[in-house]
Amino acid sequence: MWNAIRPTTRNLRIWQVGVLVILFLLWHVLTKPGLIPPLFFDSDNDAKFFFGEPVKILLRIWDWFIVDRDIYQHLWVTLFETVLAFAIGTVSGLIMGMWLALSPLAAAILDPYIKAMNSMPRVILAPIFAVWFGLGIASKVALGFTLVFFIVFFNVYQGVKEVSPTVLASARMLGASRRQLLRHVYLPSATSWVFSSLHTSVGLAFVGAVVGEYLGSSRGVGYLILQAEGTFDINTVMAGILVLTAFALVLDGIVGRVERHLMKWQPRAGETEKL
Amino acid sequence: MTAALSLQDVSCTFVSRDDRSQRYTAVSNVTLDVAPGEFVSVVGPTGCGKSTLLNVAAGLLEPSSGAVRVFGEALVGINRRAGYMFQTEALMPWRSARDNVLAGLQFRGLAEKDAAALADDWLKRVGLTGFGDRYPHQLSGGMRKRTSLAQTLVLDPDIILMDEPFSALDIQTRQLMENEVLELWAAKRKAVLFITHDLDEAIAMSDRVVVLSAGPASHPIGEFVIDLARPRDVAEVRVTPRFIDLHKAIWDVLREEVLKGYAQQKRAA
Repeated sequence: MWNAIRPTTRNLRIWQVGVLVILFLLWHVLTKPGLIPPLFFDSDNDAKFFFGEPVKILLRIWDWFIVDRDIYQHLWVTLFETVLAFAIGTVSGLIMGMWLALSPLAAAILDPYIKAMNSMPRVILAPIFAVWFGLGIASKVALGFTLVFFIVFFNVYQGVKEVSPTVLASARMLGASRRQLLRHVYLPSATSWVFSSLHTSVGLAFVGAVVGEYLGSSRGVGYLILQAEGTFDINTVMAGILVLTAFALVLDGIVGRVERHLMKWQPRAGETEKL
Repeated sequence: MTAALSLQDVSCTFVSRDDRSQRYTAVSNVTLDVAPGEFVSVVGPTGCGKSTLLNVAAGLLEPSSGAVRVFGEALVGINRRAGYMFQTEALMPWRSARDNVLAGLQFRGLAEKDAAALADDWLKRVGLTGFGDRYPHQLSGGMRKRTSLAQTLVLDPDIILMDEPFSALDIQTRQLMENEVLELWAAKRKAVLFITHDLDEAIAMSDRVVVLSAGPASHPIGEFVIDLARPRDVAEVRVTPRFIDLHKAIWDVLREEVLKGYAQQKRAA
């Protein structure tokens, strides 16, 4: 019996889903009023008040997506903000990182400012962005941008600095101009560093969008969560969190796909040298 | 006849970045000519500035004093008429073997189709037909060296600079590669400046062997014309009496320098 269902590389997905199901079952058993005597709380209803009920949460999500179909406008806004912040942050981080890595003097001058901006808790900029850019999409994108930019920037900076001197000399001997060095040596060499940072930054772009919405907005999943919290509707808050997590996973998966496609020249761990 | 490559009284002094008074003169007063079509090897003890000399010839490093002339013209910037084969890995890991070979052609603005055709032709010549789509990490050390060789030679440079290109290979692969290089060289007759610490390799391949003294401030202390008949097989030529005579003559000069270099490194450590 055990041999048939023992975890192997083949039934990995089934086990992953199994863990999720068990977690939800545990959650359900521990929060459903009257199912088991209260272990920690004074009253039967307290657990459900603080942690929500998974059945109601899933019903809530069902309503959002299938019955009322009213989450889409909020979801698109949040996703749009996230993707925009992610794209702008990544591209400008890439450009700035390349530029500063290749002009040591500019890097030396700007060094203390970059360090200061990076160590500053940038989430506190959100209220300022709300004043500057209003309560629409722009202020959320700005917040997400500041979070994404620095991660990508530092990785590109590092990546360009660590280009193999031999590969660089070789490309120069092969006749590469400065422009061609940038395109054919520095950029590909930096991309492997960029991709390792993109998984972190896609999550942070989400943080920027949701925190921005949370602080002041009229649309978006962050706004939905804020509304529900105002009425102590913990089930809706939890439903919002689950939806956001699912979509963050999807975005991360897309980044992973693009990475596998572009990085196929890299030896993967565990892959033996062919031939 | 004008030399293909001519180093005249070249000296290279490195200054420590942290402490300006810390200086190290790698090579001093080196004069060396390589005629068109000539295969010249430079041998010397480890750390004697052989690679420095090659970098000067490539235009990657500017000498502190002295001049470099390429076919009679003073060298400014990168040496456009030279191809360089490096000691360590120099292939771009993000490009397949074919894309690595055609990189130089691409940089020169050749049409993609022509470049790919030429690259495939050269991959065939170095025995890598069918491996064009592999990335460097999927190739063995010897195959990567072959790719490097094709990458350098596809541009048809008038001068070929080689920095211990086969030192990382096992002895069998190495002799195969040496023979292949000799064959390719015999067909095109380019000027070659070959750096090695392996005296056998130097004698087996060259027309002329130059011995450098131990560093710092190393300079040529001996020059030997290798009058072995061509074409040669690097494995067979090693057992001929003339080879053994030459080896003994050069080793007599080199041995003292090797010991000197070794003693210096031990002192520094």
